[in-house]
Amino acid sequence: MNDIDQYKIHEEPFYQPQGDEIDEYAAAYAARLPVMIKGPTGCGKSRFIEHMAWKLGKRLITVACNEDMTASDLVGRYLLDANGTRWIDGPLTTAARIGAICYLDEIVEARQDTTVVIHPLTDHRRTLPLDKKGELIEAHEDFQLVISYNPGYQSLMKDLKQSTKQRFVGMDFDYAPADVEAGIVAREAGVDQDTATKLVKVGEAARNLKGHGLDEGISTRLLVYAATLMGKGIAPRSACRMALVRPITDDADIRGTLFHAIDAIFD
Amino acid sequence: MSIENDLPLYREQLRCNFPQLEDTFSDCLEEALALLSEQGIEDYLEGASLVCMIGRGFEPVLVYLEEIPQVASLIDEEMLNTAAQTVWKLSRSPNGAAILPLLQSLPEAARRLGSREQMDHYLTLILDMMERTTGSIHGFHATQPSPGLPEILNQMPHLLNQLSLEGLHNWIEYGIRNYNDHPDRQRDYFSMQSADARAMLQRERHGTLFADVERQLGLYMLAMWRDKPHFVPYSTGWDELRKPMPYFDNLGMRLPDVFDDSETGIDGLDRYRAILAHMAAHQRWTQAVFADNLSPFQRIAVELLEDSRVEYLTMQQYPGMRRIWRALHPKPIEDACDPESQSCIRHRLAMLSWAILNPDSHGYRNPDIIEFSQRFHEMMQNSDTSTQDSLKLAIAFGAKTRVQSDQLPNVVFEDTVVEYRDDNRHLWKFIEMGDEEEMFDEYENEAQQNDEAPQGLPPRHYPEWDYHTKTYRPDWVSVYESLHQPGDPGRIDAILDKHAALAKRLKQILDMLKPQQYVRIRYQEEGSELDLDVAIRSLIDFKSGATPDPRINMSHKHDGRDIAVMLLLDLSESLNQTPQGCRQSILELSREAVSLLAWAIENLGDSFAIAGFSSNSRHEVRYQHIKGYREHWDDDVKARLAAMEASHSTRMGAAMRHAGHYLEHQQADKKLMLILTDGEPADIDVKDERLLIEDTRRAVLELDQQGIYSYCISLDPHADDYVNDIFGKRHSVIDHIDRLPEKLPELFVSLTS
Repeated sequence: MNDIDQYKIHEEPFYQPQGDEIDEYAAAYAARLPVMIKGPTGCGKSRFIEHMAWKLGKRLITVACNEDMTASDLVGRYLLDANGTRWIDGPLTTAARIGAICYLDEIVEARQDTTVVIHPLTDHRRTLPLDKKGELIEAHEDFQLVISYNPGYQSLMKDLKQSTKQRFVGMDFDYAPADVEAGIVAREAGVDQDTATKLVKVGEAARNLKGHGLDEGISTRLLVYAATLMGKGIAPRSACRMALVRPITDDADIRGTLFHAIDAIFD
Repeated sequence: MSIENDLPLYREQLRCNFPQLEDTFSDCLEEALALLSEQGIEDYLEGASLVCMIGRGFEPVLVYLEEIPQVASLIDEEMLNTAAQTVWKLSRSPNGAAILPLLQSLPEAARRLGSREQMDHYLTLILDMMERTTGSIHGFHATQPSPGLPEILNQMPHLLNQLSLEGLHNWIEYGIRNYNDHPDRQRDYFSMQSADARAMLQRERHGTLFADVERQLGLYMLAMWRDKPHFVPYSTGWDELRKPMPYFDNLGMRLPDVFDDSETGIDGLDRYRAILAHMAAHQRWTQAVFADNLSPFQRIAVELLEDSRVEYLTMQQYPGMRRIWRALHPKPIEDACDPESQSCIRHRLAMLSWAILNPDSHGYRNPDIIEFSQRFHEMMQNSDTSTQDSLKLAIAFGAKTRVQSDQLPNVVFEDTVVEYRDDNRHLWKFIEMGDEEEMFDEYENEAQQNDEAPQGLPPRHYPEWDYHTKTYRPDWVSVYESLHQPGDPGRIDAILDKHAALAKRLKQILDMLKPQQYVRIRYQEEGSELDLDVAIRSLIDFKSGATPDPRINMSHKHDGRDIAVMLLLDLSESLNQTPQGCRQSILELSREAVSLLAWAIENLGDSFAIAGFSSNSRHEVRYQHIKGYREHWDDDVKARLAAMEASHSTRMGAAMRHAGHYLEHQQADKKLMLILTDGEPADIDVKDERLLIEDTRRAVLELDQQGIYSYCISLDPHADDYVNDIFGKRHSVIDHIDRLPEKLPELFVSLTS
């Protein structure tokens, strides 16, 4: 493992604080408490973790969780090669060895039997047993575990076990207030403040429809995409339709309503 | 040459000797000469002679002479002849009474339809309707006049106003098909008295129907205004004199039920949104003010400026609304009102409103309008204006521009009505509430309302499919749902005891059907575990230089039964019969079969409901709840099943739609509707036996679209004739009815395993 520097973040990722989250997170890190971050998609959860990793000068290993992910995808596995089998560390093991922040994105997507492997790392033991390999890893002192999930997805099937939930301190994220969000969009995509404000209005219109045929409103990320398209010379309405409406819904009525909102806001 | 000279010449060509003719002929001719060519005049007089010959008195001739030149000038002169010929045809039938209305309907038809081809269609339509609704005795000679024809012709201006020719055709067809053998109802339908006539008209109307866009409007209000108002549509079709206006109060927002696209290119949906945006803006920014101290003129000025103010605020947020509102706002012409002889108050205010909406391009020269438009915009520069500011400005405007002629009764309304604005009733509050008499009325009403406590569930209305026209009859069938009366649950337990042997056999089959918790999926490239057998095989392949199989993992999946079942029982009168060779009636056999099936399904743990249905005409389809999805197979359910009774007819489609509406909301992978019936769909008010069969077929298709699998178990040995048409292959006919108790659960098991 000579390439641990690849996990280092070299440039400051832009993050616009909305409250005390930076101090809160720094305190949790100082105590090496595992952190859980909740919030709707595209509101800046991952960006925040990147920013904090950069600020604290730590390495960051991100794992996007999915349904097919198994415990061995996190911990590591034996692979076959020409001479027999060979052990490969998984991302969680690597993070524990090198002392990185391990960020499990959308943890509820992983199956519950997978998520229990993180348990020994998240209490006072801070160890990771590799039973297949017969090794017990003591976590590096810089190691910290962060998980994120979107409560909006929560169906009956997709929730964390209580025993998992109660190992974390939690932080709530949401879309920034309109003026702050407009600032973020303007800064990220390099558009003027007026356009960004209008984009945020479209976003708000869509967020009002959440639960009425939309599972999620338009995320800040999509707003940035729309602004970016405008920066590339696409007309505002086309850019909005392309980035803000078509990806999120196929419901003709909702599309109609959002198209109208765009027409009403971008005169 | 003057008319006086040629008058006798023309008069000679008109072969008609009514003395009244002498008074009016010259006037009619004068108009005709202005509109028609020489050949036209000849046809005109020829036609009038023909109308005169029918022997229906002077009036048809007069109407012909008066109206037809106009029709001919709108369409072409061929109409002169066509019209006369049509009148002639009518006079040769028993429908002479319809001649006058027909002639009177022609000018309006010509204005609406506007082309030769359309007019021909129109007349064909009328003649066709006449032929089909005219009664005959012994099928030979038409002797009974069509009851509906004069009525529909009287309604024609209104109908043509609302319907395209195609829509008119459908509307007429519907009336003929459903009421041809009932003269009174036919008259009601064609004179637009009956609810059906209005419902059909509504469906055939052109434009954007409120019902079609209701969800979109709800989404609009939610997205743009964070509001979920209740919408109440009102009909624009009936009240010709007093056009209703949109308004809102705490009971909801009232909107017209239909909108055509506007002439300025705003589509119906956007017209709705224009109204909603305006009303939502009022809700957000308007506070009610006292009306008592203001004169009526001051009030309309306040209303107008407040309208403009909330629109201005809306456009700050949604500048795109300006395009829509501008297109819908009337554009008063500056000199259209003469203050000497007319009251210009509305005109002046509309000009101000237009000037405010178009600060740069209104083009008015009136200094007051310009001044107050500017003052309005100056006022709006201040970010927190209120209704009081509009009020002050309005009073100033009134004082500055008031003239004596405002009091005149001749008020100019043209170009002053802004269609998307509501009537502003929310803007006013009153210090005096009204006098005692009204209060007394209110009290009376309250007392009355309390008397009418609802009894049972209100009916649900379902459409029915009419295979002749391939359309639905809107809200045709009323389904009343009720809880089945309970009986003695012991009867059902006795039945289960009686069939204990059968139950035991069933149980063995059921055990095999019970879901296995996990199923292993092998040969996966990615999986939860290494499949050692395959992995070793692959490794050997690899070592021996062959291409290894990469699918060396396996994973697991749940394999649960996830089925929701609806068992719909036909409880029509015929179930009381005891078939030949049986000791029990069909009803009793069904009860036994259903008991066993219910017991079996309960054992399997599938979600399961039972309901029975029977019908007594389309106005009374009874749907009896026996077991719900959440109820268990307990004594309550058994009691209802034990008390099951059979009566009346079998209107299956409506019952299936109603049952489907419950099944649709069940959470399950597979949804199954079992229909147990002993005969074909039929009802006492339906003569055409195909009709309900086709409707049921349609209901099956609808259920398919909702992901519900319907399956029919028929006890009618002759069912093959029709059941195939309805359910396709998804049916079984049980010939030995006495074996039903054992067949039904078996069928269910084979269907769901």
